[in-house]
Parts: sequence; C-alpha cells; structure tokens
Amino acid sequence: MKILVFVKQVPDTDTVKLDPVTGNLRREGVVSTVNPADLNAVEAALRLKEARGGTVTAVTMGPPQAAEVLKKALALGCDDAYLLSDRAFGGADTLATAYTLSRAAEKIGDYDLLLFGRNAVDGDTAQTGPATAAFLDLPQVTLVSSLELRDSWLYCERTLEERIELVRVKLPAVVCVCREINTPRYPTLMNIMKASKKPLTVWGAADIEADTAQTGGKGSPSSTKKVFEPEKRNTDTVYFSGSAEEMAAQFADLLENQHLL
Amino acid sequence: MNNYFHMLTDEQKAIREMVHQFADEKIIPICKECDVTGRFPSELYKEAFELGLTTFTLPEKYGGMGGDIFTYSLIKEELARGDAGFSGTVAGAYMGIVPIKVAGTEYHWKLAADILTQGGAMSFTLTEPNAGSDSAAIRTQYVVDGDSVIINGTKGFISNGEVADMYTLFATKDPSLRAKGISCFLVPRDTPGISIGKHEDKMGYRSSCTNDVIFEDVRIPLKNMIGGEGKGMEVVKESLGYTRPTSGAGAVGNAQYAYECAVEYSKTRETFGKPIYKNQGISFMLADMYIKLEAARQMVWHACKCADAGIRDTRLASAAKVFASDIGMQVCTDAVQVLGGYGYCRDYPVEKRFRDAKIYQIFEGTNQIQRKIISGDIIYN
Repeated sequence: MKILVFVKQVPDTDTVKLDPVTGNLRREGVVSTVNPADLNAVEAALRLKEARGGTVTAVTMGPPQAAEVLKKALALGCDDAYLLSDRAFGGADTLATAYTLSRAAEKIGDYDLLLFGRNAVDGDTAQTGPATAAFLDLPQVTLVSSLELRDSWLYCERTLEERIELVRVKLPAVVCVCREINTPRYPTLMNIMKASKKPLTVWGAADIEADTAQTGGKGSPSSTKKVFEPEKRNTDTVYFSGSAEEMAAQFADLLENQHLL
Repeated sequence: MNNYFHMLTDEQKAIREMVHQFADEKIIPICKECDVTGRFPSELYKEAFELGLTTFTLPEKYGGMGGDIFTYSLIKEELARGDAGFSGTVAGAYMGIVPIKVAGTEYHWKLAADILTQGGAMSFTLTEPNAGSDSAAIRTQYVVDGDSVIINGTKGFISNGEVADMYTLFATKDPSLRAKGISCFLVPRDTPGISIGKHEDKMGYRSSCTNDVIFEDVRIPLKNMIGGEGKGMEVVKESLGYTRPTSGAGAVGNAQYAYECAVEYSKTRETFGKPIYKNQGISFMLADMYIKLEAARQMVWHACKCADAGIRDTRLASAAKVFASDIGMQVCTDAVQVLGGYGYCRDYPVEKRFRDAKIYQIFEGTNQIQRKIISGDIIYN
C-alpha cells in the first residue's frame, strides 16, 4: 500500500503576533512547526503502514525551509519525502495549492491513499485536501475520526455535529483526518538518526509538469485582502440570584433593556 | 528556545526537541507525584526505552545507536528539565556501560546489550556506606574460585539499586591493597544472593531509587570481570573521563526549568499595581540567572565536545561538573526567591527544583573532591 501524506509548515500559533499597524504577521520570533492536524495524518498513515505494510511518502509545498516539516515526517517514520518548491508556486491560494499537490501526486504515481489533516491552523480553510481530490478525480472523505482498512475498502468514521457517519470508500481515495483520530507519536532516536539518510527530493514546476498559469499567485482566484485581529469587546458578567423563575425573569428583563428581545 | 540551538545539527535539534516535548507532556505532569511519594515511574522508563533514550550510547553493533557524548548531554539536560531523578535513572544506562567501553570485551557488551535492548536498567555500583569520596576504601570483597568469582559485601547510596537488571560492580580482593585490589564486574540482578536493602528517603532526586544493595556469596563467572584483576580503579577513573563531562547537564536542565518558572511568575504576579518583573530587583535577578545558566551550559557542551574529540581533559570535565552544579544550586535558590512565599511552598514547582539541585553538588564526586582533582591537575600536570 502506497500512502501519500501531505504536511504543511505553519507558524507556531503560540508565538504568532500580528503587527497592529499593518495587520501582517510579525515574522521575527515566529517559530515554524508542522501543522498539528497533519501530524495526525502522518500518524494515521504510519499506523496503516504498520498494520498492512507498504510505504508512506510525505509531501509539502513551500520555500526551501519547509524541508523542516519533511524532516520531522521522516523522523516520525515516513519512508521518503518531496518538497515542492519553486518561485512559480509562491502566493498560492487553496486552489493553486491543490493543483500543485495533485500534479505531484500524479508524478509520484501508484498511490492508494492520500491523507491530509482536516485544516491548517494558519489559513483554516480545510479546502486543500478536498480540492486535491477534485483535481485527481478521486473520492474524498472529510472529517475522519477513525480509519480501518478491510480488503480494498477503507471504512471511515466521520464526526459530524449531531451524528457519526460510517463511510466506506474504495481506494484510491483522499481522506482528511481530524485531530481526534489519534495521538501522534514521538519520533524515536533511531528514526531521527535514520531520517537524514532517507530520500528527500525537491521538485519545481517543470519536474511535476505543472502549468504555471495554474500555480502560485497566477493560478489563485482568491487572495487575502487584509489580516486583522478581531476587536476585543469588553464584556460584563452579570450574576443572577434567586429561584429559577426569578432568575429567568431577571434575564428576560436584561435582554429587553438591551433591546435584544 | 535559545536561538543558538539552530547551530545544532538537524539530528541534534530533532532529538532535543523530541526529549523537550516528552518532558513537557509526560515527565513534568507526574514529577510532583513522584517527588511526594518517592515512586520510580517505571511506565515512563518503558517509554524512554521505546524512544531509544536508554540505548542511545550503546554501540550500533550491539543494538544501540552509538550516540556521541555531546548529544547525550542534550538528552540528559532535557530529561532533567523534566525531572532530575528520572534523568538519573536513564543515565544509569550510560554509567553502567562506560566501564565496558573503557576495558570490556565482546562478551561484556553482549551481556549489557541483552539487558538494555530489552528495556532493562543498569547501575554503577561503587559507593559503600563508609566509602564515598574515598572509593579506594571499599570493603565489598571477592574471591576467585576456579572460573567463577564469589562476592560478599554491602553497597550503599546506589542509584537504580532496586530497579537495575545489571550491576556494574566494583569489589576488592583485599581492602588493605586499596586502589590496587579493586576489580570491576558485571553482575546480573537475578544472581542468587543479591538483596535490596534500605531505600533512602532523600531530600530531593526522589523519583530515582537510591538503595543499599547486599551481596551474600554471589557467584558469577570470572569472565564477567572487566579490565582484568586489580584494574578496577583505573576503569573507574577512565570511565569518569567519559561520564563526568555530562554530569553537569542534569544540573543545567533542572535549573533551566526553575528559571522558566521564575520568568513566567514574574510576568503574572503583580505587586504595587504592576508585574514584579518591572522591578529592577527582580528583572536583574532573572538576567543573572540566564547569564549563569548559559555559562554553565556552554561549559558542559565544551567539556562534552572535547570528550567526543578524544581529548581527555580531567580538569575541564571536573570544572564543568562543579560549575554547572554550583550554578544550578544558585539559580534554583534565586528562583525560589523570585516566587517568594509561593516559591517556598509545595504547590509551586520551584522548591522541588531547589531540593533536586543539591544532589548535583554531592554525587558523582563531591564538588570538594572535584576541586581537589582540579587543583592537583593544575599543580602537578
């Protein structure tokens, strides 16, 4: 079984601050890390590999320093890795990213399963996985909180707001996993030390035969106009006391006074 | 994280980050409970083994990773940042095999590897109730009987005494011969005649077991002797050349956590209407804690890198041990001071760090013995 798992380098949310004047991310002091849900995707991939054999390939798109997340994936136990890095990929929205990833998947070839984290903590769109499935014309299962491979079917639990759906999908397919699906492992010292010897390939647009009109800023119909912190509102806490009926009456009065009823 | 950590190799960075995360997520949450009860967290030791932390310095040929001393010191620092005692338990796996590295044979490596690659623990078993600093005064005695050796005596203050699966034991043929009578042996825990005595009720370092270990007519094969008869003290001295450079790493890691607690507290604790770090009296203390810790860390790193380069620098290794442990004590003392009354209370984590810091000035050669070594080296070499 050949699994491709897609990982993204994101700013460590603990260290991120916005510049109050420009609204841009303050780059200095920001530490990059692997998108948390992508670690769950890697873990899911490794567990499938351990149970059923096969290989796990990690793929990311980004500047040269995004190789860091691939090294982490290799240290966790992935077998090889591809960094998609080209000036023509810069400024991509989710559509252009998905196109680029789909080209890489085609180029790698022979895949049975493409795993994504549900969403990235920076853009928070949860679109890249599904859009990649569309480009590749593959079935997709999103919001997956449990995975099991039986014969050539993948049984997935989808955790929705009010119910859990059990979905069966024929491979090859795209699956986007939630944080709840598993607890990512620590990289063992042995795997960390093996990681530097595993193949890490860098591919540009030409290597994956990508149409550069569809990649990067050029291929992106959407762009970010502005990033800003939501205004912090002052909130007052009002405590009610008395019997349930009295408190309900006080609450109704308050809502009425605030013209909320 | 310190920016200069980027200077480490990719491997070292990844290892340091992994152990740091392991400490944050697994060790720190239980270290208080282990401190209060004196419990050895065997479940954590198992995890540490699975991550490869207990076999890092074992040669690759015998199922380990053949890791270097410097990287090992990074691991030790991060483990001690989690819990000093736990880092000591893991360190037993290194202390136990260094005599083999110094003077052992294929057979000895295999004996130790069988233990460590199965997740077992080891113990460097030298000290006795009446022979600490003066290790040549040990009285645990062995007699050669054909192709086996019979050992009798009581060891004291033995780290990992009750959890070790193998003792790297030092015993004498004749106490009157002092250093010249001592030999080194690998003694499996399950050999008949070994019993565990007192579990020391210590001031700190409490998750690490410290015991008396009693040997009564313990018979082991003569080939378990490492380095030949009467060579034990030479083995000890040469082994310390490898282990001593790393011994300060634990002191640095333990104090690093106390320092982090002090910084955090100074930002949240308000007096006179402002966070206490806005008082120069506090902020300068934090700056000094950082300066000292950094100096200690760099000295440990330097000593370890020298050892990796094959440079035997006795006074440097001892100096790094002394400096890091004295600084560790100072930084932890200041951390308690920054937290004030809360620092003195067990609800806050720094008083434990203060108690743990003390051991580093005492064990692996007291800081007074180290100064004796350093001054002797300065004068005579």
